[in-house]
Amino acid sequence: MTHPTYDSIQIGDELPALQLAPVNRTTLALFAGASGDHNPIHIDTDFARKAGMPDVFAQGMLGMAWLGRLLTQWVPQAQLRRFDVRFQGITHLGHAVRCTGRVVEKLEHNGERCVRVEVLSANQYGQPRIAGEALVALR
Amino acid sequence: MIDKKWIGHELPASVLPIERTRLQFFAKAIGETDPVYTDAAAARDAGYPDLPAPPTFLFAAELDSGASGQMLDDLQIPLSKLLHGEQSFEYHRPACVGDTVTVRSTISDIHDKKNGALEFVVKTSRATNQRDELVAELRTVIVCRH
Repeated sequence: MTHPTYDSIQIGDELPALQLAPVNRTTLALFAGASGDHNPIHIDTDFARKAGMPDVFAQGMLGMAWLGRLLTQWVPQAQLRRFDVRFQGITHLGHAVRCTGRVVEKLEHNGERCVRVEVLSANQYGQPRIAGEALVALR
Repeated sequence: MIDKKWIGHELPASVLPIERTRLQFFAKAIGETDPVYTDAAAARDAGYPDLPAPPTFLFAAELDSGASGQMLDDLQIPLSKLLHGEQSFEYHRPACVGDTVTVRSTISDIHDKKNGALEFVVKTSRATNQRDELVAELRTVIVCRH
């Protein structure tokens, strides 16, 4: 696979999108174990309902990890300089998240040629779940 | 209301060894299929000494150690009211299998919005490796909803 270079990238270029399968309870349980986030609101329906939620829902960091996959399938991780997100909406069971990204700026940062990428994850209804941006060094 | 006396509080250091089976488990949990994250030979071909921790993995350090849970107890934020508002990573060098990462955090701000209906806690962290080299800086905003 060829990686993008600074000269080949134009502002407005889109990253290859990453489409996830609908969130199910198995995914949430596996991520709880792998991430160390044992908050029962993501794995125990009884707890979630007592907390006023309709059911368990996805860990925010699972959604951020998916956006991380969007970035690292585009460029090697060693070129990632910053990665910032805001969690905007809860990802519920059954939500099929799609991660997208777009180059919005070419700039120099600490003597390196970089691009700023806006990233977004949204469910199948087009509702944003996580919005953020990344700074990526390109050769 | 969360007591503002906690602004400036330093959490106990969290030590996270970067272990192969944990990274492989994490890759499975997030659906990662790039062999760089599960196969040491593929990682070496990509220029890493061994499997690299994925971009968001270091968030686990303070969950594993209990530092995150202790902070919530100290600030009296129940899990049922907790939301993750924002998360940032600034990367300095990779953390790979065989490294041991230490995360040290400070509560840098506490504020509220909507007449206290939402309270925000900002935590800033530095992650260093066993050679005391800076691996990453993290910024976390958690939200307590009333």
